[in-house]
Amino acid sequence: MIRVVLPPHLRNLAQVAGAVELDVQGVATAQSVLDALESRYPVLRGAIRDQTTHQRRALVRFFACEQDLSLDPPDTPLPDDVATGREPFLIIGAMAGG
Amino acid sequence: MSGVRVLVGTHKGAFVLTSDARRRQWEISGPHFGGWEVYHVKGSPADPDRLYASQNTGWFGQVIQRSNDGGKTWQAMDGKFAYDGEPGTHKWYDGTSRPFEFKRIWHLEPSLNDRDTVYAGAEDAALFRSQDGGESWHELPSLRQHTTAPDWAPGAGGMCLHTIILDPKHPDRIFVAISAAGAFRSDDGGKSWRPINRGLKSEGIPDPNAEVGHCVHRIAMHPSRPDVLFMQKHWDVMRTDDAGESWREVSGNLPSDFGFPIDVHAHEPETIYVVPIKSDSEHVPPDGKLRVYRSRTGGNEWEALTNGLPQSNCYVNVLRDAMAVDSLDSSGVYFGTTGGQVYASADAGDSWAPIVRDLPAVLSVEVQTLK
Repeated sequence: MIRVVLPPHLRNLAQVAGAVELDVQGVATAQSVLDALESRYPVLRGAIRDQTTHQRRALVRFFACEQDLSLDPPDTPLPDDVATGREPFLIIGAMAGG
Repeated sequence: MSGVRVLVGTHKGAFVLTSDARRRQWEISGPHFGGWEVYHVKGSPADPDRLYASQNTGWFGQVIQRSNDGGKTWQAMDGKFAYDGEPGTHKWYDGTSRPFEFKRIWHLEPSLNDRDTVYAGAEDAALFRSQDGGESWHELPSLRQHTTAPDWAPGAGGMCLHTIILDPKHPDRIFVAISAAGAFRSDDGGKSWRPINRGLKSEGIPDPNAEVGHCVHRIAMHPSRPDVLFMQKHWDVMRTDDAGESWREVSGNLPSDFGFPIDVHAHEPETIYVVPIKSDSEHVPPDGKLRVYRSRTGGNEWEALTNGLPQSNCYVNVLRDAMAVDSLDSSGVYFGTTGGQVYASADAGDSWAPIVRDLPAVLSVEVQTLK
């Protein structure tokens, strides 16, 4: 089980409170976590990454275990603490604009 | 009982304002979709309880919301927007070519007779259509693939398709307008398009016969006379009597012919409204006076409507989609400002009062007449 923390706008959009808990098949990567997230909440398709290219949106970042994972290739295995659910996978909207 | 429902899109959410036909006491709900930009909210003429809203942020992209109960509850649609085939290129501000890139939906235009069919105007300019109530969207690509498209360039607000008009007498005829490409017409339901900009004259375009490149801000039509269109261009208020084949200027005695919105009285096809703005560089009302101008002659002769509007130290703007009319017997006129006021007139503009004063910057105003 992997825990994903969404930014407030996306929690509202997906109508969830707190962290989302996901079962991810195979190796836990940013890509497999987002695949599972978008499968459970189709309204989030396109809100975090491009629907077609899967490129991360410009003002969205990924963090976990005090590390910025945003620039890692999307098939990079996530830290063990994330894969085992001890630490959440954080999806963050950049602090920019008004 | 008859009444009106005013749908307001703002920089930070949507608001629904309702009143009975007297239009004196208002109930206000919102913000819906708080924190998101809502460029447009519009109801279906076929089912007034069916509403569509365009919700967007630069962070998380585009969402279409749908309501089946007049805006009390909303459902986010899963469908997304993708250009059909190769995006192609358009001109950037510096004259270089740049690929079309989807950014947001500026305008939603529900079908006149089917509540599940709705058109959407995009930035970068393209026309999309949904036939399942906003659940899925498909581009009508021939507009973006028009031979002139590589020469389209953005206006200051982006290269947006902001106006969609469905012709009530010719079901296959659609008008659209793009900043800064101009106006286009399809006579085959969006399969093919041609520019309809003859007669427009724009500073910076030396060729008086230029097919595209005009910064059209807004077009309005009265449903009883769909061949007559009124246009607020970047500068100039224009009119056509032949469905866009030729335009002529009707700015007349306006204090400034720069502005954004334009609309037509619900029962008087020759009565039109604009909000003059000082200039393209200042974007404030002339002399700090917020004045709607009304022409009862289809243009050229204009009168200032000031009763109830601030006549000193007012420096708000009124954006292109932020004016609407209702069709009650005494036709109402509404507009919203970048200062967050929504003004209403229940007597065709003779007098005005604010419905609300302190919303976020208003991006759009639509009105539904409930009977």
